[in-house]
Amino acid sequence: FLGAGKPPMYGDYEAQRHWQEVTYNLPIRQWYFNTSDNNLLYWGLDYPPLTAYHSLLCAYIAKLINPDWIALHTSRGYESQPHKLFMRTTVFVADLLVYIPAVIFYCFSLKETSTKKKASICALCILLYPGLILIDHGHFQYPLSLGFALWGVLALSYDWDLLGSVAFCLALNYKQMELYHSLPFFCYLLGKCFKKGLKGKGLVLLTKITGTVVVSFAVCWLPFCTDMEQIMQVLRRLFPIDRGLFEACMFSSPPPRLANIWCSLSVLIKIKNIVSPQTQLKLSLAVTLLSLLPTCIKLTVQPSLRGFKFALVSCALSFFLFSFQVHEKSILLVSVPVCLIINEIPFMATWFLLVSTFSMLPLLLKDGLLLAYAVTTPAFLSLCGASFSILDKTSAEDLQLKPFSLSMKGYVSWFKSFSKIVRSLFLLSVTLMGVLSLVCAAARPPQRLPDLFPVSVSVISCLHFLLFLVYFNVVILWDSKNSRSQKKIN
Amino acid sequence: MAAGGPSGFRALALGVSFLKCLLIPAYYSTDFEVHRNWLAITHNLPLSQWYYEATSEWTLDYPPFFAWFEYALSHVAKYFDPKMLVIENLNYTSRATVFFQRFSVIFTDILFIYAVRECCRCVNGKRAAKDILEKPTFILAVLLLWNFGLLIVDHIHFQYNGFLFGLMLLSVARLCQVNKRYLEGAFLFAVLLHFKHIYIYVAPAYGIYLLRSYCFTANNADGSVKWRSFSLLHVTLLGLIVCLVSALSLGPFIVLGQLPQIISRLFPFKRGLCHAYWAPNFWALYNAMDKALTIFGLKCNFLDPTKIPKASMTGGLVQEFQHTVLPSVTPLVTLICTFVSILPSVFCLWFKPQGPRGFLQCLVLCALSSFMFGWHVHEKAILLAILPLSLLSVQRAKDAGIYLILTTTGHFSLFPLLFTPPELPIKILLMLLFTVYSFSSLKSLFRRERPLLNWLETIYLIQLVPLEIFCEMIFPLTPWKRHFPFVPLLLTSVYCALGVTYAWLKLYVSVLTERISVRQKAE
Repeated sequence: FLGAGKPPMYGDYEAQRHWQEVTYNLPIRQWYFNTSDNNLLYWGLDYPPLTAYHSLLCAYIAKLINPDWIALHTSRGYESQPHKLFMRTTVFVADLLVYIPAVIFYCFSLKETSTKKKASICALCILLYPGLILIDHGHFQYPLSLGFALWGVLALSYDWDLLGSVAFCLALNYKQMELYHSLPFFCYLLGKCFKKGLKGKGLVLLTKITGTVVVSFAVCWLPFCTDMEQIMQVLRRLFPIDRGLFEACMFSSPPPRLANIWCSLSVLIKIKNIVSPQTQLKLSLAVTLLSLLPTCIKLTVQPSLRGFKFALVSCALSFFLFSFQVHEKSILLVSVPVCLIINEIPFMATWFLLVSTFSMLPLLLKDGLLLAYAVTTPAFLSLCGASFSILDKTSAEDLQLKPFSLSMKGYVSWFKSFSKIVRSLFLLSVTLMGVLSLVCAAARPPQRLPDLFPVSVSVISCLHFLLFLVYFNVVILWDSKNSRSQKKIN
Repeated sequence: MAAGGPSGFRALALGVSFLKCLLIPAYYSTDFEVHRNWLAITHNLPLSQWYYEATSEWTLDYPPFFAWFEYALSHVAKYFDPKMLVIENLNYTSRATVFFQRFSVIFTDILFIYAVRECCRCVNGKRAAKDILEKPTFILAVLLLWNFGLLIVDHIHFQYNGFLFGLMLLSVARLCQVNKRYLEGAFLFAVLLHFKHIYIYVAPAYGIYLLRSYCFTANNADGSVKWRSFSLLHVTLLGLIVCLVSALSLGPFIVLGQLPQIISRLFPFKRGLCHAYWAPNFWALYNAMDKALTIFGLKCNFLDPTKIPKASMTGGLVQEFQHTVLPSVTPLVTLICTFVSILPSVFCLWFKPQGPRGFLQCLVLCALSSFMFGWHVHEKAILLAILPLSLLSVQRAKDAGIYLILTTTGHFSLFPLLFTPPELPIKILLMLLFTVYSFSSLKSLFRRERPLLNWLETIYLIQLVPLEIFCEMIFPLTPWKRHFPFVPLLLTSVYCALGVTYAWLKLYVSVLTERISVRQKAE
C-alpha cells in the first residue's frame, strides 16, 4: 500500500479517469452507447454498472477538488501530480474500506488460527501478497470486486447464505471476470440445498437464494431496465463476442505472452492454421468445462467449506488456463482464493503466489515496477517462510495429499522420499524464477527472437500452473475418502 | 538475549531494509545534488582544493572525515555512472546515480543496525516479559530501527545520518556497558565529531562525563568527586586519542594553512537566525511573538509603518533579519543562551553522576538545549535528541511520557521537509504507524504504573491531526494561499515549538528533582 511513488499505467489509469468523465457528464442512457459525446473506441465503458456507479462517485469528489480533471473532451490524457495522488487515494480508500477488512475478518474467523498473533501474521502475509499490491497500486486497478467476493466467502463460512449471495452478486456486477468464481458459488449453494433435502428446507433455501440474486441484479441494473436495447448494449460491451476479437488476441503474429495453455501451445504448433476461429472457441469452452466438471460435481454432492475454497481455486485456474481471451491480471482471480487457503497448505500456497507474481513480470516491467517487484517478492517469501516455516511442512500429510498417497502407495515406490523431492523442486523453481527475472530485467534478447523472455516466462508459469491444477484437483477429489474414513474411525 | 531475540531483531532489520529499498524512487531534495557534488569534488580535485572549490553553490561544509568518506564512495561510484563525478554536471540525475546514492545510504545503515544491537544489549528491562513483543529490547529496536524521522530524512530527503547516528549510539553503548570501555567510546565520539560537526552540541556531556567518571576513578562515600583519585594516565590517554583523531583529520589542512577556510566553511554565521522554515525552537516562538506584536502595534498605531522592513522572515530567503519590536538576536546571544541552558545539566552530571543513565540524560538535555537556542538550527537536529531519548524511554515511565511528546512533535515538525504530493500518503502512513506503535508498546510496557501522559498533553498531541489536515488539505484550497503562503509553515513550527519546549522543560525538571531527591536521601 505504499504505492504512491510508482508511475501509473497510462492505459488503465486513463481509462478510469475517462470513465469518471463520462459518467459524470453524460446521462445514464448514453453511458454504454456510441454517441458523438461518448466515443466507445476511446476506452469505452466495458465493465458492469457497479463500476460505472463507483466512477460516478469518484467523479463527484474530483469535481470538488478540481473540475478540470473530468471536463468533457478537454481532459483527455490529463496528468498532473495532484491528480495522480487523487486517483491513488481512491484506490487506497477502496482497499481500506472493502478488501483489507475482509482479509482481517477472514483471518480472525478461521478455526485454525486460534491465537490473535497467528491470525494477524496470516493477515499480514495475505495483505503483503506482491501481485495484488503491484497491480492495484502500480498498474492501477480497483480491488473492489475481489473484496466483495472475499466478503461473500466470509459470509458463506458463517452460513449466512443470503448475505454471501448478495456480496457475490455485487462482485459480479463490478467486474464480469468474477464469473470465474461463479461456478463454485453456485455448486456449493446448490449442494447445500440438496443436502437439506429438496422437499422442505432445501427448496425454501433455494428459492430464497434465487430471489436474493434476482433482486440484487435488478437493483444494480435498475437504470438500464427501462428497455431491452439498453440491456443488450451493456451485455454487448461486457462480452464482445461479435467483434471478431479472436483475431486480435494472442494467436496473431506477435507471439503470446500469457501463461495460458493455448499461448504456450502456440509456441510449438500454430493452432490457428489447423482449426478455424469458431472451432477454437468451442474447443476452449469444451476443455474448460471438462476440467471443471469433476470438482463441481464433487462440490455439489458433498458441499463443505474447505472443498468450496479449493474449488474456487481450481475453477478459476481452469478458466485462466483454458479460456479463450484472458488477461495476465486474471491470475489475481486465482491468487486471492489461494491466499484464503494459505493456512491449510502454506507451502503450496506460497509457491503458487510466487509463481503468479512471476508470471506477471512482463506486465510489471512494462510499467516500470521492477524495483517494487524485486523488493516485495523476496520480502513476501521471507515473511511467509518465517511465519509458516514452509520448508519444514513439505510432507505428504501437510500437503493434504495423505489420502492420495495412501491409495498410490501400491503403485509408486518413490513416494517415500516425497518431502525431499518436493522441497528440492521448490528450491529449483524459485532459483529458476529468480534467474529468469534477473535476465528479463538486465539482458537484451537476441535479435532473432525478440520476445524470448516474455515467452519463456509464460511457458514456465504455464507449466507450473498445470501442475498446480492437477494438485488442487487431486486434493479435492481425494478429500471424500479421508473424511469418510475419519468418520469411521470416530 | 532469549532465543526469539536475534531472529526478531534480524526480521526487523531486514524488514526496514526492504522498506528503504522501496523508497528509492521517492522524492529527493537538493541534498542529493549536494552529495553528488561532493563526490565529484573529492574524486577529481587534489586535497588542497577541496575546501576552496566553489563551482556549485553547495560547497563542502562538513569536516574532513566526511570528505574522505565521499572520496571512498566516489571510487565505487565510477562503476555505476562516471558522469556523476564530473563537477560541471550540476544537477545531474541519471537513474544509476539515484540508485547508487540511495543504495549507499541503505548500505551504510548497516553500521546503524549494529549500533542498535549493541544498545539493546545494554538495556535491561525491569521484569522479564514472556512475549518477545513486550520485551524492552525489542521495543527499543523497533523505535530505533524504524524511527520515522530517520527514515524520511535519510531515505527520502536524502542525507547520511544513519551511519553517523550509528557511530554515536555505538559510543553511547560502549560507555553504558557493564564493562565500560571508556576509551573506545571517546574514540568513536572523536571520530564522529570529525564526520559531522553538529555533534558538537553534545560534546559537553561527553567531556564532563569522561572527565568525571574516567579521570577521577573513585567517588567519595556520598558520591561527590574525590579529588585525590585523579588519574593522570587516564587524562593523557584521553587527550592522546582526541589529538590523534584531530591530527588525522585536520592535520593535512593545517599543514597547508587552510584552517581558517575550513572553519569559515564549517560554521557559516552569515546564514541568519532561522532557516527558511523555522525549526521549532525558542527562536521560532520569539519570532512569532515579534510578528504578533508588530501586527498588534500596527493596529493600535504604536508603530510607524514606514520604519518596518518589508522582508518577511518566512518568505523563504535565508538572510539576516532584524526583529521589529523585540531586540534583535546575534550569534553571540545564542551562544550565551545555549551555554547558560546547558550549565545546570552539566553541573548535575559533575556533582552527582549517576552512571550511564545520568550521562544519557545530560546528553539528551545538551542536545535539546542546543536545539532550543542555537543559531541557524535545522529542524533535522531534533533527531539528535530523539534517538538517545529512546534508550531512556524503555526504562522509566516518566522518560517514556516525555519521549512520546518529543517524538510526536519532533516528527511532525519534519513534515514540511517533504512537500510533494506523492510523498504525502507515505509520510502520513509511516508517521501513523510509528506513532501508534510507540504509544501502544510503551503504554503496555509501563501499564502497571500511572498513565504516561496527562490529559493536557494528550489533547495537545491530538490537535496535531486537525492541524495537519488544515495545512495540507484545506489551506491549499482557500484563497489565502496566494497572500500568505507561509501560514502553514508558521503554524507548524510554532505549534511544534510549544511541544518541544514543554518536553525540554519537563525533562529538565525531572532530572533536577531526581538529583535533589537523591542528594536528600544520601544526607
